[in-house]
Amino acid sequence: MAVKDYMRERFLPHIWCAGCGHGIIMGNMIRAIDQLNLKKNDIVVVSGIGCSSRMPGYLDFHTMHTIHGRALAFAMGVKMGQPELNVIVPMGDGDALAIGGNHLIHAARRNVDLTAIIMNNSIYGMTGGQYSPLTPTGKKATTAVYGTDSKPFDVVALARGAGATFVARTTTYHVKEMIDIIKAAILHKGFSVVEIMSQCPTYYGRKNKLGGAVEIMETFQEKTVKLGSKKAEASPELIQRGIFVQEIQPEYVESYQALTAALQKTARKGNGLGGGHHG
Amino acid sequence: MKSGTTFIQGNEAIAQGALYAGLQFFAGYPITPSTEIAEILSEKLPKLGRKFLQMEDEISSMCAIIGASLTGLKVMTATSGPGFSLKQEAIGYAVMAEVPSVVVNVQRGGPSTGIPTGVAQGDVMQARWGTHGDHSIITLTASNLQDVFLMTIEAFNLAETYRTPVILLFDEVVAHMREKVKIPEPGKINVVERLHTSVPEGTNFHPYLTREDGRLPMSDFGGVHRYNVTGLVHDMWGFPSNDPKVAYDLLHHLVDKIENKADLLARYKEYYTEDAEILLISFGSAARTALHMVEQRRQRGLKVGLLELQTLWPFPRQLVRRMCEGKTHVLVVEMNMGQVCQEVRKAVIRPEKIYLANRFDGASISPADILNVLNMIRGKGV
Repeated sequence: MAVKDYMRERFLPHIWCAGCGHGIIMGNMIRAIDQLNLKKNDIVVVSGIGCSSRMPGYLDFHTMHTIHGRALAFAMGVKMGQPELNVIVPMGDGDALAIGGNHLIHAARRNVDLTAIIMNNSIYGMTGGQYSPLTPTGKKATTAVYGTDSKPFDVVALARGAGATFVARTTTYHVKEMIDIIKAAILHKGFSVVEIMSQCPTYYGRKNKLGGAVEIMETFQEKTVKLGSKKAEASPELIQRGIFVQEIQPEYVESYQALTAALQKTARKGNGLGGGHHG
Repeated sequence: MKSGTTFIQGNEAIAQGALYAGLQFFAGYPITPSTEIAEILSEKLPKLGRKFLQMEDEISSMCAIIGASLTGLKVMTATSGPGFSLKQEAIGYAVMAEVPSVVVNVQRGGPSTGIPTGVAQGDVMQARWGTHGDHSIITLTASNLQDVFLMTIEAFNLAETYRTPVILLFDEVVAHMREKVKIPEPGKINVVERLHTSVPEGTNFHPYLTREDGRLPMSDFGGVHRYNVTGLVHDMWGFPSNDPKVAYDLLHHLVDKIENKADLLARYKEYYTEDAEILLISFGSAARTALHMVEQRRQRGLKVGLLELQTLWPFPRQLVRRMCEGKTHVLVVEMNMGQVCQEVRKAVIRPEKIYLANRFDGASISPADILNVLNMIRGKGV
């Protein structure tokens, strides 16, 4: 199907500024879903609050636009409620790593089968350009007039440390790589974290004199390097792209379903579990 | 869950009521004095093939039940004061997105950490106005464990009927005492199931287009209708809107669907009210003390009665006004600084006739506390 067949045209035009990277990510998420032949009725997209979080409204899936930082917590309920659904959670950098940081590490710890797409444009766009926990040290924002005062999270290291079983990074410049990574993330059984470096020419670009969308995207090409490449070895200062973690571990909802099935089987055998302490 | 007569704790009566009502998904976070609800459900739900989830905090517990409710499950969370504060933003989301959900708040002393193991009824106004913005909400309470069981079932029924979060506002005494509870056979008590849309696949489904009877049929996530849910002001498609007309209609709908049903939603009990000259109004464990005091005074010939409120929100104004008419004295008995008393004063013609007998120090109110106030207002001295 064409990209537009996955969209709710009634709700367009979207709210994103000219040059924003989020549309590229939305388009590639659709292409990934299309290439995987997933049914629309089997997909739930859950977001929080921010520029990135307006994405679900435009998509013809089951969609939920929730409250700031809590998308993964809502998604946890959706996944537990209907485990057969594919649940994708697009988040912004502030949404996922500041107000929502706790939910991110706990979703990773549980290894629940959700696909977290962190659209990292290094800024709070919706509120007008304040610095986020992913704004690089020293960069400017409307609340970092003299430059940020602290260092950013490394999403890949954080997600890996918290126990995510799929961790990847890509950028809006590397569109084919992005599609492949999103496909792999959706197919992965377990918690997937995909950091996508995205551009905000309106606030981040302007505050830091980085030029327009094209110039910022060119820096994504210049300052990143494919994981495991010779260039990556030669230039450790470059940001690495690719799939960093991809391993199979027990998935939370499957494990819970196995527990309930075993308990019900035991109860049916009538060994006393049916009564119980509080019976 | 077995039917029959049991001797159980209040928090277990809540758990049993929830299971009777068809609870399928519980998410929570440990907090005194409600923790036993989570403990009990963590044992019982998986054995029934249903879902229990201990989340990383209070906020995410509320969020998780909203997500699960949209997949078609009956959901509940349980907490106490500090956790209730944390859940408020997500409760507002459930109000705005009209997601059926049940939130138990076993009240403790406050503000802040307060007296975690002390009894209090100080969250009456928070239950009503805890989340920001104009809205309405249903809040139920009870004073004995049979009623706790019944009101918990009622909370699920109302949540499903009105597509709203329903607050179960109990207190530490009710939650931790033990009492006889009769659990009826399944089917003996009416259990309301979710109203699903009859719109067929391929036909436009408007998730927020109210039916003529005021109801809003749902479609589960994963079903044939794909729609948008948001906490923003939204149109009949569930899509965000800044149109003042859309905002006006939506807010009116959210408030009217509950406030216009205040009489229908009023749950209450009357004791010795028929010939009463003096009326006590109370709720929760304070109503137990009030009833004790009424029965003591009746033996001495004092014509005193009790109105026990079980619906706190929407406040049963008509009922309260009618019951207060012609009484020589009305005394509101509660364990806070007068939160229900203020509402009673708003409801009656002569608010200066409404008095308050209260405690807010973490100890249970005693019959003597009530009698002292009554003697004072009757000019009998303390």
